[in-house]
Amino acid sequence: MPSNLHRLVAVLALTLVVSAAAARAEDAAPPAPSGMVVIPAGNYAPLIRTKDEPERVPVPAYALDERPVTNAEFLAFVHANPKWQRSRVSPLFADPGYLADWTGDTELGPRVPATSPVVRVSWFAARAYAAWAGKRLPRTAEWEHAAAAGFTTANGATEPGFPAHALTWFARPTPDTLPAAGLGRPNFYGARDLLSLVWEWVDDFNTAMVSGESRGDTGLERTLFCGAGAAGARDLTNYPAFMRAGLRSSLRASYVVPNLGFRCAQSITP
Amino acid sequence: MKTHLFPAQLTAALVLLLAGSGASAPATRAAEGPGSARPGGAPIAPELPLEVAVLTRAPNVPPPIGRKHAAKVVVNLEVKEVTQRLADGVDYTFWTFGGEVPGLFIRVREGDVVEFHLNNHPSSKMPHNIDLHAVTGPGGGAASSFTAPGHSSQFTFTALNSGLFVYHCATAPVPMHISNGMYGLILVEPKEGLPPADREYYVMQGDIYTQGATNESGLQAFDNVKATDERPTYVVFNGSVGSLVGDKALQANVGEVVRLYFGVGGPNLTSSFHVIGEIFDRVWMEGGMKQVQENVQTTMVPAGGSSILEFKVDVPGTFILVDHALSRAFNKGALGMLKVTGPENRRLYSGKEIDEVYLGQQSAAGSAASTREAQLVAQKAEAMAKNPEIANLTKDIQLERGKKVFLSACFACHLQEGQGLPGVFPPLAGSDYLKADKERAVRTVLKGLSGPITVNGKPYNNVMPPQEFSDDQVADVLTYVMNSWGNAYGSVSSDEVKRLRRAGQ
Repeated sequence: MPSNLHRLVAVLALTLVVSAAAARAEDAAPPAPSGMVVIPAGNYAPLIRTKDEPERVPVPAYALDERPVTNAEFLAFVHANPKWQRSRVSPLFADPGYLADWTGDTELGPRVPATSPVVRVSWFAARAYAAWAGKRLPRTAEWEHAAAAGFTTANGATEPGFPAHALTWFARPTPDTLPAAGLGRPNFYGARDLLSLVWEWVDDFNTAMVSGESRGDTGLERTLFCGAGAAGARDLTNYPAFMRAGLRSSLRASYVVPNLGFRCAQSITP
Repeated sequence: MKTHLFPAQLTAALVLLLAGSGASAPATRAAEGPGSARPGGAPIAPELPLEVAVLTRAPNVPPPIGRKHAAKVVVNLEVKEVTQRLADGVDYTFWTFGGEVPGLFIRVREGDVVEFHLNNHPSSKMPHNIDLHAVTGPGGGAASSFTAPGHSSQFTFTALNSGLFVYHCATAPVPMHISNGMYGLILVEPKEGLPPADREYYVMQGDIYTQGATNESGLQAFDNVKATDERPTYVVFNGSVGSLVGDKALQANVGEVVRLYFGVGGPNLTSSFHVIGEIFDRVWMEGGMKQVQENVQTTMVPAGGSSILEFKVDVPGTFILVDHALSRAFNKGALGMLKVTGPENRRLYSGKEIDEVYLGQQSAAGSAASTREAQLVAQKAEAMAKNPEIANLTKDIQLERGKKVFLSACFACHLQEGQGLPGVFPPLAGSDYLKADKERAVRTVLKGLSGPITVNGKPYNNVMPPQEFSDDQVADVLTYVMNSWGNAYGSVSSDEVKRLRRAGQ
């Protein structure tokens, strides 16, 4: 590479870093709503894509909850919206295990701390909560873009020790009682617990690999299996990303899972 | 364990029973409704007798099928993520088929229709599926068994091909799912069955990649860099270091036929499987049923492959199972034991018959040239010994060496000039006791001396400990003592010392 071009690239890179840092440090307009952090604009490189899909998806700046939604917050939601209480929820919108660890419709009980992330909620319920809160669920591209940051840089993949850290969550089984949300070390953008507490619903979870109910109708889903899972994948070393994609494609919108919660997002209108 | 046969008239009743008995029944869902979508159509093969497969934990194998007809076999396998011992002081969170590594052993018969239920425990973090190499169909069943935590899937296949097949989880990233323990074996017996064996065991090998070094203590996380580079920190049989040793060793009696159903989960390494001290009488190579090889020392089993190994144990003892890529056995855990008890057969194997000194170059064996060389060396030594000049020099050298030995030990009691301490330590200078018996002097240095003696007419009663000298040192120091301070009592050779040392034992 000619040296002047080299210099230009370096300057550009520096400018990007500075502007990202400025956006974060000064809370450049508009500021993040309370309890949320701004995820600056960037790109998301889909893990697995078909030939027709772009290599990189632009992600506009948006606001993301600093931590997952807690049991206390979800309790307030079901108080305000009785149709989402356990005994009243439509079986079309939540499987029988919905909020099964709570002791009652509006009681958490001893095994469910108020500060822990809410789990055993369906995609429908998570979406209803987000709408009630004046927010929405993050899209896959948004969530993955936020989670691609390390602790000290915007690119966790090149941050020493960070890829290994991202695997340690899988070395521990889900505890009987989940710890409180919001205690994890904040990442570069200030978001906590993205990789170390619970799985999280995303708005378009069902576009991960599955195009419809009928399995194998497009061949997309099958690419996840065995060695074939590598075909068409971008970053073959990003095992946590594979696992998130795997989890999302195993779900249906009514499913509830004991370690699957969610957090909300908001678009930022300039 | 019994094989369950269901006469036709009972089958319909059993099906009704299973359908009506709620959550615990294997062939039915826990709950109907939106949580249990049923994409399938009418039941498959309702005309066949129904039975529930007996599944076993390694190293045990379900009993032979024994049936002469096809059946519909229900297999219930629960996927569970469990933290277990990997090595002493080392824990690992394994992802398992049935709470065990390797997964539970499945045994069916060629032509059986297998109704497979994969139940993913609610505490699982991951979705999982199963690819059975015995299945003819997309993903070996994986495409139909992808199951979120807290859900279960069902699919049905016909076991078209007999053989010993690996099954494994095929969810991305598949190397991690397999390394974490998600593999097992399914045996599809040929219609005519397998020949009988006295003992059947189930052993599987896997490679594990921890972030910490081998034997680094604590709960270890998976390392995807080591996995990608195929640098395992552990290579183990049946899920942990030491799973088949000590109390957990495989057992057999002399005269029995032992059959091992051996598989390799991988994800990466091929096994050079070997049993130290045995020869496989028969090997169903690659788990297939047509080719049986005989008299095999080491059989190569690929990742995602299997082999059936059979041998009669003729003599008692402990036989070691290894991956003969031996760093894996010595350093990473790929080692197990088969303990065979029963009477010795010394004609087949004698045990150690002789243990004796081996003299290397001095042995009679060797080429004509080296024999001739040895003769010349001996001639030269003889000629030198006869030459008075060389002999004197040899003695002078010996005296100097002997003096050093004397000053390192003997002088402490006998004093520098060999004069001794009257009444306590006898003298060496001018000693009639020393002069009288050379061999006694050698034995005294070698073995020590205690009790009353008389030297130069005076009584002594003390203890001299044995001296830790070599044969040369004994010869040197005695020659020095017998030729100093006016003594002229002759000399001692190391050959004499050697002879007396041996005679005294």
